[in-house]
Amino acid sequence: MKTAVIVFPGSNCDRDLAVALREVAGEAPAMVWHRESELPEGVGLIGLPGGFSYGDYLRSGAIGARSPIMRAVAEAAERGVAVLGVCNGFQILTETGLLPGALLRNAGTDFVCRDVDLTVASSQTIFTSRFDAGEPITLSVAHHDGNYFADDETLDRLEGEGRVAFRYEGNVNGSARGIAGIVNESGNVLGLMPHPERMIEPAHGGTDGRRLFEGLVEALG
Amino acid sequence: MKARVFVTLKGGVLDPQGKAIHHALDSLGFSGVSDVRQGKLIELELDDAVSDADLDAMCRKLLANTVIENYRIEREAGP
Repeated sequence: MKTAVIVFPGSNCDRDLAVALREVAGEAPAMVWHRESELPEGVGLIGLPGGFSYGDYLRSGAIGARSPIMRAVAEAAERGVAVLGVCNGFQILTETGLLPGALLRNAGTDFVCRDVDLTVASSQTIFTSRFDAGEPITLSVAHHDGNYFADDETLDRLEGEGRVAFRYEGNVNGSARGIAGIVNESGNVLGLMPHPERMIEPAHGGTDGRRLFEGLVEALG
Repeated sequence: MKARVFVTLKGGVLDPQGKAIHHALDSLGFSGVSDVRQGKLIELELDDAVSDADLDAMCRKLLANTVIENYRIEREAGP
């Protein structure tokens, strides 16, 4: 399957994400610079990497979300192309409006950088098919602005529609209802703060992240 | 012509930075501060042709995230 990773100035997990996609999808992704206005032909999965695009100026992800390539990403998402936004990628997805809510400064004001225990809240998404609902998994987080916020109506809708993909076990950053990752209404866009690309091999300390990519590649065929 | 855009967090949105500032004021011995909220001030130099509607669109599309923030625009005549 053809994949692409969008690279913004200040992205710093783009190569990790590229390695994960190459390992699991069997083909290195196209690395697409944010100034491009078109995606390569036939891309079935787009990754928005972690990092600090534009130095988090104005708001985390705000400037990156207005990059030329994001119009093409939004159009692709509209057509049903899968989009995975990790950390800063999640912030960019909320800033573009492809996912609801916003990511605020962590409630404790600390930058949180450690492995965290998560629960898979739904196994009924293309991103979580290799997990069981309610299963505990471990992934790394490294963020300052991961405190998920949305109004109660939006949170109720996300929960009611099974769109919460991952939740934190315990309070990591103050996120509303412990939300660590959500999908869009069509289920083809996932944003999450933890880094699945950092748990691909046993030497990373775990392989729970690899299962996300494996399930996704399988689902996309 | 100059415009100033004040961006503030909506009520009900947690402001940990404001809380940290409040705590620091307490530590310095300042009393009587019941709450602190941090926001942003963005100053724009504008051509006269820029309309109020243009300025409002700039706020909605970029300068503020209206999911979590409110904005207020002040326009002033240039020198």
